[in-house]
Amino acid sequence: MYSFEYHNPASQKEAEELLASTDNPSLLAGGQTLLPALKHRLAEPSDLIDLKGIDGLSGIREENGAIVIGAATTHCEVSESELVAKRIPALAKLAGGIGDQQVRHRGTIGGSVANNDPAADYPAGCVGLGATIRTNRREMGADNFFVDLFETALGEDEMILAVSFPIPDQAAYIKFPNPASRYALVGVMLSKTGGDVRVAITGAGSSGVFRDSHIETALSKDFSVDAIDGSGVDEAEISADIHASAEYRKHLIGEMARRAVEAASGS
Amino acid sequence: MPTVSMAVNGKDVSGEVEGRTLLVEFIRKNLRLTGTHVGCDTSQCGACVVHVNGRSVKSCTMLAVEAEGATVTTLEGLVKDGKMHPMQEAFRDQHGLQCGFCTPGMVMSTIDLLRVNPDPSEAEIRDWLEGNICRCTGYHNIVKAVQQVASGDAA
Ligand code: FES
Ligand code: FES
Repeated sequence: MYSFEYHNPASQKEAEELLASTDNPSLLAGGQTLLPALKHRLAEPSDLIDLKGIDGLSGIREENGAIVIGAATTHCEVSESELVAKRIPALAKLAGGIGDQQVRHRGTIGGSVANNDPAADYPAGCVGLGATIRTNRREMGADNFFVDLFETALGEDEMILAVSFPIPDQAAYIKFPNPASRYALVGVMLSKTGGDVRVAITGAGSSGVFRDSHIETALSKDFSVDAIDGSGVDEAEISADIHASAEYRKHLIGEMARRAVEAASGS
Repeated sequence: MPTVSMAVNGKDVSGEVEGRTLLVEFIRKNLRLTGTHVGCDTSQCGACVVHVNGRSVKSCTMLAVEAEGATVTTLEGLVKDGKMHPMQEAFRDQHGLQCGFCTPGMVMSTIDLLRVNPDPSEAEIRDWLEGNICRCTGYHNIVKAVQQVASGDAA
């Protein structure tokens, strides 16, 4: 790891000042992705600004028909939250399936969303539930937030404060984990709110999380397992690597979406 | 250099570290508690698991400065009056280790499992051990050790 200066600001204002005044800062939340990356010298920030000491940045509450989760809330806290389990059980399940228990004790929603790993679970959770990302500058719909692999719409001086998930009528998250790494080869977050159906896919897009409009259209006409005749995405836009071909991933999208409909209908 | 203070195995300790010093380095190098192991640099193996404020975490994926003011328990802290923790006894009874490299992390991780789930099924034990890799045992006897503690039976 290259050396850096560590800061532990107590307020959002102090963190913003550090962001503005330091050379090449990185925000530190749970560190479960950032610290391994630093160990491999994949990045060389001059300063690490720890967000965990900031008051009010972690916690879960219900607000105007939405579940609002503070950026520094850990995956474990989301997975164990009674409120989340009651209002959006699919989200509690998603959080409980990220990484392993030790990672879930440290890793945070803000960190995961800001990192936008193409195989991470939360990007699909945000897009599939139509979440809003709240930063210190603005609010952004998840559809516009995730830009490309490991790239988001966040500006340099911007930090995520919370993610707000509207409570759907029905939702389910189903993933097919790589048997070795347990990362999602394909993960599908499906939600239905009135006549509006959202189907977001992680693990498969060559530019990260995406919505499968073919499946969405089919399900908004007929919300049933049989309505899905496979993914409508062009294979050229699906990633292929040693773990799975594009063709296989495309097949998994249809299959996971069917299981998600089944799971959402059962809840 | 920042100074960091925490309670480790019931003792208040402090030391000078760099910002980049990992908690596991502080534990092994500053405190000379070498029961906590490092088996990888990718946060996958779990040999480094300790408890921070009562929860299992990977001490290789946490900065020492992030543990400021925390209560930390390492494998060494499990021994009370010269007596091993029941989980350690069970690993011995069930032959849950061979080379022993993964064992500190396995023990710390599975104690945390029984904290949240005192009577786990075999599948739940194996699921919980996702973040702990063992090159030797094939996990079977590790699972049996956890079951022994959960059931309260000695071997
Ligand atoms: S040394 Fe910490 S996970 Fe391998
Ligand atoms: S006993 Fe050798 S790695 Fe587990």
